[in-house]
Amino acid sequence: MCYAGSSLTALYQPLLNQDTVEDEMEMATVRHRPEALELLEAQSKFTKKELQILYRGFKNECPSGVVNEETFKEIYSQFFPQGDSTTYAHFLFNAFDTDHNGSVSFEDFVMGLSILLRGTVQEKLNWAFNLYDINKDGYITKEEMLDIMKAIYDMMGKCTYPVLKEDAPRQHVETFFQKMDKNKDGVVTIDEFIESCQKDENIMRSMQLFENVI
Amino acid sequence: MAAGVAAWLPFARAAAIGWMPVANCPMPLAPTEKNKRQDELIILNVSGRRFQTWRTTLERYPDTLLGSTEKEFFFNEDTKEYFFDRDPEVFRCILNFYRTGKLHYPRYECISAYDEELAFYGILPEIIGDCCYEEYKDRKRENAERLMDDNDSENNQEGSMPSLSFRQTMWRAFENPHTSTLALVFYYVTGFFIAVSVITNVVETVPCGTVPGSKELPCGERYAVAFFCLDTACVMIFTVEYLLRLFAAPSRYRFIRSVMSIIDVVAIMPYYIGLVMTNNEDVSGAFVTLRVFRVFRIFKFSRHSQGLRILGYTLKSCASELGFLLFSLTMAIIIFATVMFYAEKGSSASKFTSIPASFWYTIVTMTTLGYGDMVPKTIAGKIFGSICSLSGVLVIALPVPVIVSNFSRIYHQNQRADKRRAQKKARLARIRVAKTGSSNAYLHSKRNGLLNEALELPGSTEEEQHMTKGTSLIESQHHHLLHCLEKTTGLSYLVDDPLLSVRTSTIKNHEFIDEQLFEQNCLEGSMQNYPSSRSPSLASARGLGTSCCSRRHKKSTHLPNSSVPATRLRSMQELSTIHIQCSEQPSLSASRSSLNMKADDGLRPNCKGAQITTAIISIPTPPALTPEAESRPGPGSPATNAPGAAASVVKVSAL
Repeated sequence: MCYAGSSLTALYQPLLNQDTVEDEMEMATVRHRPEALELLEAQSKFTKKELQILYRGFKNECPSGVVNEETFKEIYSQFFPQGDSTTYAHFLFNAFDTDHNGSVSFEDFVMGLSILLRGTVQEKLNWAFNLYDINKDGYITKEEMLDIMKAIYDMMGKCTYPVLKEDAPRQHVETFFQKMDKNKDGVVTIDEFIESCQKDENIMRSMQLFENVI
Repeated sequence: MAAGVAAWLPFARAAAIGWMPVANCPMPLAPTEKNKRQDELIILNVSGRRFQTWRTTLERYPDTLLGSTEKEFFFNEDTKEYFFDRDPEVFRCILNFYRTGKLHYPRYECISAYDEELAFYGILPEIIGDCCYEEYKDRKRENAERLMDDNDSENNQEGSMPSLSFRQTMWRAFENPHTSTLALVFYYVTGFFIAVSVITNVVETVPCGTVPGSKELPCGERYAVAFFCLDTACVMIFTVEYLLRLFAAPSRYRFIRSVMSIIDVVAIMPYYIGLVMTNNEDVSGAFVTLRVFRVFRIFKFSRHSQGLRILGYTLKSCASELGFLLFSLTMAIIIFATVMFYAEKGSSASKFTSIPASFWYTIVTMTTLGYGDMVPKTIAGKIFGSICSLSGVLVIALPVPVIVSNFSRIYHQNQRADKRRAQKKARLARIRVAKTGSSNAYLHSKRNGLLNEALELPGSTEEEQHMTKGTSLIESQHHHLLHCLEKTTGLSYLVDDPLLSVRTSTIKNHEFIDEQLFEQNCLEGSMQNYPSSRSPSLASARGLGTSCCSRRHKKSTHLPNSSVPATRLRSMQELSTIHIQCSEQPSLSASRSSLNMKADDGLRPNCKGAQITTAIISIPTPPALTPEAESRPGPGSPATNAPGAAASVVKVSAL
């Protein structure tokens, strides 16, 4: 009896699929147009020409004007062919998607880049803290840092020298906390973070590294 | 890396700021754009049709005609545009490739004309996107078949397979009999014996003429011994074949569970069971039943026939249709049997004694067999009987076309399956090549890039330009990004390499390693153990090695004798890496230590503020290199030249 039932539903299947196809088509028509060029120029620290170049590249890869997480992960993984960059791309996406609506529009993109490339060291450190603080509660716990660290190590992939040890991310997290956690309470606050980073010359210097990216 | 995302590289690099607070080592320097030109529009005149695009769009693919300086040959000074006397229709696709990163193949285009255009513009057809690639390959293959009488692509594929183990060759021989003559012979022999066995089973039961004095016997009992020998021979062959297949199977567990092997077992088991049980009279009935299973030997032919296999697969895949057929038939049978029973209940001497007895009538009628051993006698019975036969035709006719069309679909699918399998292999190979290509590019440019950084200060610009000829700005930026990641994690990228081996190394600075370096490092590793007398510097080397990442104030710089790397590269024992560390060296007593000190002094003025010393670890080398060392001028080298046993190989490894 059930055999016939299943075969009958098999006959009805094409009709059911119709709805899902329409749903997909609806999603694809989401469009987004960014704010005017002058407005963006005023809000960010980029010149008009730089914004033009940025937008052309952005629109080329995402014709609909917004990046959702899947596309973001795809784009980012093209830069790291050997490893798995999806976890780190996920954290990056959350850092860029400041209004947490699941998609990164051109404005979010530009504001994020403005901080990273043209911002003061304070702003950059703020951004980095925001990236590490996964649940955005103002504290970086060891678990959050461990997730971030594992994501970074995942990007390297399997073929590395020396071979990645199981506890390498954890050890790295320990080193990080030893450096950053001043009052040894197990969490790093924004002030501890900024203070420790400002004391470290290496970090300060590397923050200036990508000034001339555009 | 697809050029389409080259525009996102600035974003990826900016996002790398997220690694900075986490990294323990300092980051390498970013590549600078030497000559930053304003982006300009280029006009491409293709047979009169003008295309315009940005210069940077074309420069995404520097190894094509339009992306390199090759297009300058086509520059028209008078009109200030690039003129190409080629097909403008195809050029549209090619320009779209630069814009979107995907190359499409238009269906209306002739395959050979398209290929010619691709070759002219220096674009490999392998880059064609997934959406158009199948079509392209199909057309290309048809074209090749048209040109050539015999397409040997399949044979080439098989011939190029690597050497397999004995077990694997056996398995291949079993699965594809046309691979070798032995396999073919085996295939035909087993086929012959299957046929013999089946015919034997059939002929056994034929009455064979009478032996005087007894009734007619079937041949099986008359020539019992002969048939038994024949049966034994067949079963021997089948058993040997089964055991050989079991031995050769790559996954024995899966083989045992497969349908063909079950058929094989069922075909030969009755014989063995019969051997065991001949003397026991009680189970002789069961023994007779077992002989029925010998007929399953005929299914062994399905290995020999593709069509049989497809039929079996069709039945399996049409299981739902078959099930529906069965179910509806059952429904109809029960209904009509009940009706006929009650209709015929009244008539006397009716054969419809019970409902199950009526089943037989209903089945025979619905399948339009009509044996006539049971017929209705009452009028009501005849009416319902005719309704039954009419509906029988309909119920059976409905699912049959579905099964037939399934069979035809699967048959054609099977023919195309081989074609698709070949294409899949090629595409996976493409993807792999692209992946390793980009990492290989990173490897090579890193090696060159490091030397480049090292040579930067003394200002040997010729070598610098020579080194950076191959890499574009985007590539160098991408490599810088990967380099930063290496530094953050303290690991380094390796390519999938047969030479990969775990070994203890004293090099703690993590670098790019490829085959050549690996060999050199192995050599150097063994050589490091040798000069035990040079312990101070070696210990310092080790100490320096471990301290690489923990040191804060380091900067890569050059050696005073900047020609060293160039000469070193010529020797197999050279290491193209430069150990440059900051450290306050304890005074070393050996003569080489004086070299170190001298080198320090020589370098101090050149340091850019950070404390930098060079640690030159010298290892004795074959005398062939010493003349080179002696001929080298330089502030640091006199010390090397003076002592005869002094260093010729300067181990230089860059951070």
